[in-house]
Parts: sequence; C-alpha cells; structure tokens
Amino acid sequence: MILVLVETLGDEVVEVSREALTFARELGDDLGAIVIGGQAAPFAEQLGGYGVREVLEVTGDPFSAYAPAVWAAAVQTAVQQTGASAVLATGTPRGNEILAHVACRLGVAMAANVVAVDSRQPLQVSRQVLGGAAMEEMSLDTSPAVLSVAGHALEAQPAAEATACSVRALEVTVDERDLAARVVRTEVGESADSGTLKSAKVVIGAGRGAGGPDGFNDVLELTELLNGALGVSRVVTSLGWRPHREQVGQTGSKIAPDVYIPCGISGAIQHWAGCSSAKAILAINTDADAPMVTKAHYAVIGDMHEVVPAINAEIRRRKG
Amino acid sequence: MDVLVCIKRVPEIAGAVTLTDDSMAVDARHVGYTVSPHEECAVELAVQVAKATDGSVTVLSVGTDDAIQQLRDALAVGCSAAVLVEADADRYGPADVAAAVAEVVTAHESQGRSYGLVLLGNDAADTGDFQVGIRLAYALGRPVLTGAATLELEGDRVVTRAEGPEGTEVSEAPLPAVVTVVEGGVEPRYPSVPGRMKAKRVQVETVTPTSSPTGSGRMRLKLPPPPASEVEVLGKGADAAPAVVDLLERLGVLR
Repeated sequence: MILVLVETLGDEVVEVSREALTFARELGDDLGAIVIGGQAAPFAEQLGGYGVREVLEVTGDPFSAYAPAVWAAAVQTAVQQTGASAVLATGTPRGNEILAHVACRLGVAMAANVVAVDSRQPLQVSRQVLGGAAMEEMSLDTSPAVLSVAGHALEAQPAAEATACSVRALEVTVDERDLAARVVRTEVGESADSGTLKSAKVVIGAGRGAGGPDGFNDVLELTELLNGALGVSRVVTSLGWRPHREQVGQTGSKIAPDVYIPCGISGAIQHWAGCSSAKAILAINTDADAPMVTKAHYAVIGDMHEVVPAINAEIRRRKG
Repeated sequence: MDVLVCIKRVPEIAGAVTLTDDSMAVDARHVGYTVSPHEECAVELAVQVAKATDGSVTVLSVGTDDAIQQLRDALAVGCSAAVLVEADADRYGPADVAAAVAEVVTAHESQGRSYGLVLLGNDAADTGDFQVGIRLAYALGRPVLTGAATLELEGDRVVTRAEGPEGTEVSEAPLPAVVTVVEGGVEPRYPSVPGRMKAKRVQVETVTPTSSPTGSGRMRLKLPPPPASEVEVLGKGADAAPAVVDLLERLGVLR
C-alpha cells in the first residue's frame, strides 16, 4: 500500500494533499490515506475520487491539538499495520515535519519536496533543492520510502476511475513523551499569518522599486481593485518597509496564483523559488533584462510608480 | 543558559546556478558563501536567550575548515565559542549531520558543558532536507519544535511562535530542547568592530566525527529547463495600461 497523510481544511481535502494523492498513484495503485485529528468520513468520497481505497481515521484527545511526535506515532502505526511500502505527505512545513519524525522513528531516509519518480525499482526520485532553483536526483532505497511532495509541482488530478473508499478507525498507543512538544494555542487573524497571500488568485508583488515604506500605495490599490493579495521581495522586508508575512520566496511564502504581477522586483532565484508556480506572470520593471522580466510571460517596461497608477485608472474607468 | 546554535556554509546564489563538471555540487567558485537567513535568525535568538539568562552561545558547523569564516561571523555578533566538525559536508546526509552534532553535544555534556537549547535553521538553503533538527532531537532524546519565528523561556519550558496552517501557533516544550528557526521574527544584528576583533581571537575547537557517513543518496544535480515561452512585452510606461487591463480581462481576473 502507498499511504498518504492528508490535510483537510473545512470540508475540503487541501489542494496540496490532492496533489500528493495524484503523485502517489505513480508509485502504485493500492492507495491508502490517513486523516489525523478529525472525522475522515466527510472526506471519503473526495478521497475515493483520487483512487483511495481505505482512509484511516485517528481521533481522540491526544490528537485534538497538534503535537508532531504523536501525529508521527499515528503515521508510524498506520505504516506498520498496513505494511505500506511508501508514506507520503505534502511538502508543507507540517508535512515535512511529520515525515521527518516518521523517518526517525522508522530509522529510514526521507526525501523532501519530491517532484518526480525517476525509477520505481530501485526507487529514485527528483526533488527540489536550492529552493527549487535546482533538482537533485536521489536514491531512496530504505523501506518504507518516506517522501514529501513539493507543492504545485504537479496538478491535482482525480483518478480515471473513482474507487469506493472505506473508513477505518486506527487505534494508536500514545506515549506521554510524544506529547511533550505541542501547540498550546493558535492565534487566528489576518494580520498574524500569510494564509490570504498563499491562497490568493491574484498576487501583486513589490520589490526594491517601491523605493521606500511609502511606495506601496499604488500596488495596494491595485491589490484591492483585483481582490488580490500583496506579496513582496526579501529586500522589502529586510529594509523594514513591509512585514515578513508578506514575503514571497525561499524563506517566505510559496505562492501559486492564477496571475502574479511583480512590480520593481528584479527576480533573484530565492524570490523565483516562491513565485514560479504562478500560472501567468506579468512583470513591471524599468530593466528589460531583469531576470523577473525575462522569465515572465508578459512584461511592461517602465517605472512601477508610473505604470501601476495608469493601470489603476484604466481599471476604474472600465468599471465605470 | 548555554545555547548551541548550528549553522551551515552555503553558496551565496542570486542569479544563475552553475553546477560542477560532475554535477554533484553547485559550482560556487564565482559566487561567495553565506549562511541562510533562517540561521542568521537562529544565531540572533541564541544570543538574545544567552544575554537574558547570563548564559553563553556556542556556534557549530559541520564542514571543511572554510566554514571557520562563517563561525567567525557568528562569533562577531555575540557567540563566545565555536566548534568545527571537520567533514566533507557533501558526503554527509541529514542523518549523518545530526549524528555528528549529537556527538559533540554529548561530549561537551560529559565535560560539564550542557546546552539547555540547541537551535538550528529550519531547513538548509542548499540541500533543503527539512529534517536535521528533528533527527538531532531524536539522537539526543529531546523534544523538538520547528519553524519558530520567535522563542521565549518560561520557567523550565521553551515557548515558540510559528506560522501554522490556520494562524500563528504558540507551542511549548520542556527544556532541554531542540528548536529550528525561520526568518521573520527577529532582526539579526550587525557585527561591531570590537565584536570582529574579539571573534578573531577565539580558538575554534575542531573535532572529527567517529562514525563514517551513510550519505545523502544524491546521484546528481540538474537544472530545471528554462521557461519555455518568450516574454511578451505589452508596452512601455503608462501607455501600456490599456494592454495590461485587456490582458487581465482575458485572464479572467477582472470582472
């Protein structure tokens, strides 16, 4: 069995988990899933659509809050009960964290942010290194194979034929020591996290070209007109012009909007690592040779402080 | 409290990546070296904790003696001791690095130097394995928290703030603990001139790992194919605005 740790939000299996399920089918046909901390039944039909035959549900007090080691213990139990040959999760902070615990507990290697299976026997994979600026071909020959699937490296695709997915409650013996490191509370609030930025369909980017902390009014207006989110380059946050939660890149958020409009961003590879999954990129930059411009699908050559207000005016004019 | 902070010397890449002839590593001859922003923040947090608790910070790196440069940079901003675990980092997988660091922690402990906190970057800027800190914690039998933007000590516990899927997650673990750090919670300080002078005088402790590495599984590196399409220039300056708005309508993001 190929076992996938699935993350859910509301009544949906999150997109990156659906990508991981899609990826898992490249490793085998016998697909299982594990859902921790909540009911699995509401997701059984969605999971069946991706080819999952059985979903293991882990509930109970120790799993109501997030404690990485105890969640990993649940995955470990699932692997041992099913005899899974591979265990997968998303290449998100949470997915990578749980899998690293799982790999330690099972005494095997782990490949983070895998994008392709190069060989099934022996297992060889390609994975993102340098924040996605390069790939590493890696031999993953310990069993079970433990790997996280890089976000947005492939598109989530339901299976050609949906399968009936049964739900089974998994009993996990909890060791108190695994509860030592845990989340004690979550502070929800738009100002506290970058969730809006990561899920936005349109992201307006701004970099050094903004010129200073007061140089963001036009891009913020465009963000509002397009109902999007603002994303900035690292230089903007390290200069203190905007908060770190708005940073896009290797050490910020990875985004995959329908449209990304980077303004005054030259496009260092660390930034590209965070935005290259955008479906369309429209760069606005004074330098026609800037990497951001040459890698973009569309470009306007000019100063963002002239171009963006003109775009805003044109949108307002058409909206009437 | 005494803190150990682990850093890694990595190529400082901004533009194009070049690989060595055998494709096993990044060719960094024409770029510089640095440590990742995550680790600069880990050093900063380590120094803050040590200052607040009258403790000290030891900085450690696994690598060749070139990494002494990065150790001295950390000494210049407030670390007071440095350890180089001499090894060919390219032959070390994440489990090997964790084992080598654990060996130092255990050896220091037997000499009466115990670390209440071990800090690392959340993920290395080059290999991106996302697991050394967790493997180290298992090797030491200590709890581990990852992705911390900030941390505080509260009695015998460490409390971190990290970004979770539904907001900022406040986590805690009993000390001694391992914590991996991400950029964004603190501003790394700049070295002062006296700091630099002091850093030069510190004797770096050099140790050699006792066990041979199992390796990272790396077969080769490759570069992604260049973007397939040519860029379509919509125009210059403010005059391009109508073409931009046409495009936004065509892409369905303007209704």
